[in-house]
Parts: sequence; C-alpha cells; structure tokens
Amino acid sequence: MRVTLRVRRYNPEVARDPWWQDFDLESDPRARVLDLLHQAKWYHDGTLTLRRSCAHAVCGSDTMMINGHNRLACKVLVEDVAPVIVCEPIRGLPVIKDLIVDMEPFFRSLESVKSWLINEEPPPNSERLQSPEERERFDEGTKCILCAACTTSCPIFWANDEYVGPAAIVNAHRFTFDSRDRGAAERLEVLADRTGVFKCRTTFNCTSVCPRDIPVTELIQEMKRAITFGKI
Amino acid sequence: MDTTPTVHRHKFETVVVGAGGAGLYAAMAAAEGGRSVAVLSKLYPTRSHTGAAQGGIGAALANVEEDRWEWHMFDTVKGGDYLVDQDSAEILAREAVETVYELEHFGLPFSRLPDGKIAQRKFGGHTYNFGEGPVHRSCYAADRTGHMILQTLFQQCMKRQVTFFNEFKVLDLIVSHDGRCTGVVALEIASGDFHVFHAKAVFFGTGGFGKMFRITSNAHTLTGDGNAVAYRRGVPMQDMEFYQFHPTGIYTLGILLSEGARAEGGILRNESGERFMERYAPTLLDLAPRDIVSRSMFQELKEGRGCGPKRDYLLLDLTHLPPEVLDERLPDITDFARTYLRVEPKSEPVPIQPTAHYAMGGIPTDNDGRVWKDGHSVIFDGFYAAGECACVSVHGANRLGTNSLVDILVFGRRAGKHMARYVAEADWPELPRGAEDQAVSLVDGILSRQSGERPVDIRETLQDEMNDKCFVVRNEPGLKEMDAKVAQLRSAFANVFIQDRGRLFNTDLVECLELGFMLDCAQTTVVAALARQESRGGHYREDFKERDDTRFLAHSLAFPGESSDSVRIDYKPVRITRFAPKERKY
Repeated sequence: MRVTLRVRRYNPEVARDPWWQDFDLESDPRARVLDLLHQAKWYHDGTLTLRRSCAHAVCGSDTMMINGHNRLACKVLVEDVAPVIVCEPIRGLPVIKDLIVDMEPFFRSLESVKSWLINEEPPPNSERLQSPEERERFDEGTKCILCAACTTSCPIFWANDEYVGPAAIVNAHRFTFDSRDRGAAERLEVLADRTGVFKCRTTFNCTSVCPRDIPVTELIQEMKRAITFGKI
Repeated sequence: MDTTPTVHRHKFETVVVGAGGAGLYAAMAAAEGGRSVAVLSKLYPTRSHTGAAQGGIGAALANVEEDRWEWHMFDTVKGGDYLVDQDSAEILAREAVETVYELEHFGLPFSRLPDGKIAQRKFGGHTYNFGEGPVHRSCYAADRTGHMILQTLFQQCMKRQVTFFNEFKVLDLIVSHDGRCTGVVALEIASGDFHVFHAKAVFFGTGGFGKMFRITSNAHTLTGDGNAVAYRRGVPMQDMEFYQFHPTGIYTLGILLSEGARAEGGILRNESGERFMERYAPTLLDLAPRDIVSRSMFQELKEGRGCGPKRDYLLLDLTHLPPEVLDERLPDITDFARTYLRVEPKSEPVPIQPTAHYAMGGIPTDNDGRVWKDGHSVIFDGFYAAGECACVSVHGANRLGTNSLVDILVFGRRAGKHMARYVAEADWPELPRGAEDQAVSLVDGILSRQSGERPVDIRETLQDEMNDKCFVVRNEPGLKEMDAKVAQLRSAFANVFIQDRGRLFNTDLVECLELGFMLDCAQTTVVAALARQESRGGHYREDFKERDDTRFLAHSLAFPGESSDSVRIDYKPVRITRFAPKERKY
C-alpha cells in the first residue's frame, strides 16, 4: 500500500528550528512502522535519525509519538496507522536530533526512587522462599522495559520535570511490594516528597500508552495508599 | 565547520564494554572492594539483547525432581556434539547453581513453585541420568527470564553506583608497547567526540552477530563489533562455523518464539498436521536439541511438506494447551504471534521457520575469561571476554537452550572476579602515543568520502546470501560462492558512502561501521565453514554428512591472514575430561 511517512526533523547542526519531512513510500500493510522508518533512512535520507534495537517490543528503544500517541515503532503495524503516519519525538525530554531525546533525566529519576532490592539480612545458602501469591503481588511492575512511553505522555511531567514520573513509580512499586524487600520505608519517604506520587492527577495517559499493558495508574494509586495509610 | 574531532581522556582500572548479562555481572564483580570500573554500551544497559532471552536459565537446583550438575554437564557436552571443552562445561554446570541463587538474592523475580522455591521447567536437550528423559532444569520468570536478569543486574549496578557511559561505541582496542591490553577508543554517539579510556583491564561482553543473516532473532545492533575489533588487533576467532539456527522463529520476521513453548507441550507440525519430530528424535521429540530440530524442519520443507503457497514454513501448535498456561507462562510470545502475524495461538497454530539465533564461536578465552592471544597458549594480558562474543568453549558445536544465560552469567562473573584480582596487582601499562589514531581515521575515512556504494545494498546482499549459502545446510559450492561474495562486498565496503556527514548522533555512520564489523564476522564464518569437511552440531555439510572425529574433533581458529583480505585457519584440540565422544542420538 502507498503511505506517507511524515517525520518531525530536528538537527541543530543544520537548522535552529525543527521542520517536517514527508516520505511517500510503498509498504507491506503488515510491516512495522520501524520497517518504514528504516526504508526511509536506508533508501532515501540517511540523515534521518532514530533509536532502535530488538525490533520486537522488548528493549524499549524506539518509543516515539506515532499519530499523536506514544508507541513503540516496532510494535505498530503500518495498516493500523496508515495512510498518513506522523512520527515525532516523545515529549518532555530535550530533543537531541530528529526522533532522539536525551534519556539521562529519565534514568536518573529511576535511581532517585531506589528501584532495586533492599535487604541487608544475610541470604540463605539457597533461594529466599516466596510463594506464588507473593510473587504475583508485584508482577505487573516487573514487565516494565523502561521505554519512557508513560512518563513522556504525562501532562504533569511535561509541566514539571522535577516529577519522578510514572515509570519510576512503577519500578519503586515493584520492590515495595516484593516480600523479600526491606526498603519500603526509605523508598516511600522519597515518593511522599513534592516530586513524588502526589503529583499524579490520574489522567491515565500512562496506562493507555504502556506497550506492556501495565496498569500504571493503578500502581501509582497503590503507592499513594501505601504512603497515606502506611500499609504495604 | 571545524571538522577536527574532539578527543576526551579517561582512566579506570577496568573498562567493561557491553552492558548485557556478561558485562553487567563482570562490572559488579570487578567493582568489589571499591575498584574503579566504567561500563561502555552502544545502547542503554537495559536495551541489551540479554533482555530478549525468554525461556530460562539452566541450573541443577533439583526443585521439581532429582537433578545433578553432572547430568547438566553431560547434556552440555553431548548437546555440543562433543566439541565442548569439558573442564569449562564442568564449571558451567557447577557454578550455575550458586549463580542462580545469587541472582535470586539480588532480587530477580523468578516464577515460583507452591513451596516457594524457584520454578523450573523442561528444556531442549536437558535430561536426567545421562540422557534417559527430559528433566525440569530451566529456572524461569514467565517467558521474560532475560528481561528480568538484565533489569536485576542493572538495578544492582545502580545501587553500587557503577559509572556508565551510555551510547558509546567502541572502535578500537589499545595495546601497549609490551603487548598488554590497556584500554579502548570509543565514539560518543551523541556528540561524535572520541574518548580514550586508559585501563589496566578491558572486558568485552559485546554479544553476537546474527544480523549477518536475513532471518534472525537478533536485534539490529547485533553486528559483532567486539569480535571484529579484537580480530583486527590479531586475536583469532574460534569455532566461527558453528552458528545456531533456532527452530521457532516467527515466519519471515525471525522473532523468536521460545523453546519454552515446546517445553510447555507445544508441538511442531507439518502441512498435513503430522508431528514430524517422531521420525527424527523418537525420545526427546520436539525437545531435541536445536540443531537436530532445525535440520529436521529443513528436511520437511525440502521434501515438500511445508505450509502455505510457497511451502516454506511449518507450524508450532499450542492450541491443545490449557489457555492459562499461555497466559501465565508464555504471555510474551503469544503476544508476538498476535501482534505480528495476527494469529491467536490459543486457537490457531503459529507459522514458524528456523531463524539465525546464536554464535557458538568467538573470542577464545580461558575459564577466567582471559583472552588467548594466539588462540590456545599465550594470554593477552589485560584483555577479557565472556558471553556470546566469546568462546570458552561450553557450547561446542551446538548450544543447549538456557545455556546462553548460564554462560554469560557464570563466565561474566568469573572474569569480573579475576579482573578485580588482576588490577589490584598489575601496574599501569603506558598508553601508546596516538592511541586514538586508527579509530579516528576509520571514521574520517567514511565521513570524508564524497560518493560511493550505499551501505544498504552491501548489507542486504550480505544478509540474503548468508541466508542462502551459510544457513542450516551448507555445501562446498555454496560456501565457495559465499567466500567470493564476501570478498566482493568487502571491496565494495572500502568505497562505502553515507549521506549524513555530521558529528551529532550520526546513526548513518554507526550503521556503516557496524556493517564493516559484520563483514569481518561473515568472512571468518564462511572460511571456517568451508574448511570443516564434516557435519557436527549446528554445522551441517550435505557433502560431508558424517561427524569425523579423526580429522575434526578440534576447535577451529580463524586468524587474520597475511594480506588484509585473507583468513588463515588452524585447529586446536578439544579438552576431554569425563565423557568420551560417542554417537549422538536422542
């Protein structure tokens, strides 16, 4: 099928302001938008710049706005967004070039909420035991691929880049509700701060764009409840 | 515009290149006791391809039924068609157990059994009592085991405040005047600046190079950079002819559907619905090792029993499994089938074909990840490697499912521990003058060319031809043609031209450099495959169908030849300790 791929371009080495570029391409309807971007880059304009790696929605590299929604370019089929496919960088992080944004602030927020297992008790000689129910309790958060689709779709994050954002909260949730973890108190203290969970206004943008179907808003609400009532 | 590149300089005791499972584990181990470690990745750490591993990590925990590390070792040796170095396989099987426990202590969210222990399932080629029947050995976290490993290791690195240089692409290895490895030169992708990292020890965990094939489960970024960088500095590549083709890649896309699907009861069928593995591996059936299943599939397709108008694919049937098994244990792969093929695995079989999956060969190392400068007897001081870019060798001619995760973690960890000891004692080798010159001229050569060949044409020809002539089944005429084709593509590459001439985040340049690395990997693969006149594991020659232990019970070593475009092949013996080679039947 014939499609128009419209890309928001930006390259400070070439021009101060962004511009739009259209590529008229022939595509297999079942191709991924990523395939289309590659076609444009490899055959028409090598300066077109994007991130990508695994090409099947597990690495989280190619998050971008496609027709106004944060998506992974490797998880959207052309036929579902054709005939005019508009690709833009995700919002709220500085754009470096074309579809590439600076991810460092995103990863720093992850670090700020201590999204790792905290347990200083000496481990046994085998595994720590955990029942399937205890394991199920934090399952949703473990699916996160750190693609930043949620955080960069959040209007609160756009307005206030101090807000740690949904992805960091999801990852904090993942450990807070892990029966092996002992760090809930220090993590919740960070998240109770003015940059933390109470900034969330439950607009559900994060939940609707998550490529892993994580109920992000729900997990954020659970963290709010944990802080308010002090119960894990 | 000023075109002189900016060069930055850094000093870390250890530099780890690659932030997948091997690199992150090595970095953590090397950082023990406060030693300085930098991790360089051309991606972000959580985007390494370890994250795509699905099925599990093999370890004889015996959580479901009796299991022993000796059985795991035996399966590994037999699975590798006896080309495995058995002392290494023993370490793999023994240390898998403590490594899995350590990961659990780091917080890895394994799936659990009702008694709270780590859940385990069956996997291809893993057996009890030296081959009697399938055993539950694979420890898993749904079908996202690799994702969980990568996230867990990254979390632990954050906790330990490891220094990351993200989106840094390593282009050269620095060798001191006394022949020691003393750092790397990297391109900072965002700025286009060069960085010289002076180190006492350098570790490569740079992954595979499956992108040299058209149908592959590998990420776009798996282009063999680390292998080529080492090879260009004279390090031979070991066992390059042994490339694994995984039976269940999604039709035309190559995206992997985990062996876990067959472990949970999935069945391979041909066009008439026949469970064809009954004819090829009567004991293990669909859970026979991957080389055997891939070859059986090739035979089915060749004899006209494939599906579709072109009769070019087979089916993975999951429709008889309880729907909750798909939802709970195979959620991701069922989602892949829905997303990319619009097939509902609960009610329809999934079209599949063999896909290029895993490099058994690579940089030769000892059991502590130290690189062999000459392939077998001289250590390259200060240079370490582990994971898919390396060849220790625990996979021999064919890797068992789950053993890649075991390999990267066990040997990444061992290398990290050895580096911590090494850098504590070693002095600083002097940084040679002009350490960055070769990397700078490599980049400038490409950026300054005004016209020439398009990378896409070279790359797509390489991928198509490798898929045609160097895939599941090989023969001499095909390999000879491929050898000539690679030579032709290499000369075309010498004249390669890219459109993006900027310094800033130039992915046109990055992809072009990767193509050059891939051509090196393809060349050593083809030459090694041509030289090995036998069939063993993943290397199947239809003109030499039998395994030939008299001539080829040996590892191949591919050295850069006298002229810049030739490869010299040599062999070294396999280390055999417990299990004498015998015919491989399942």
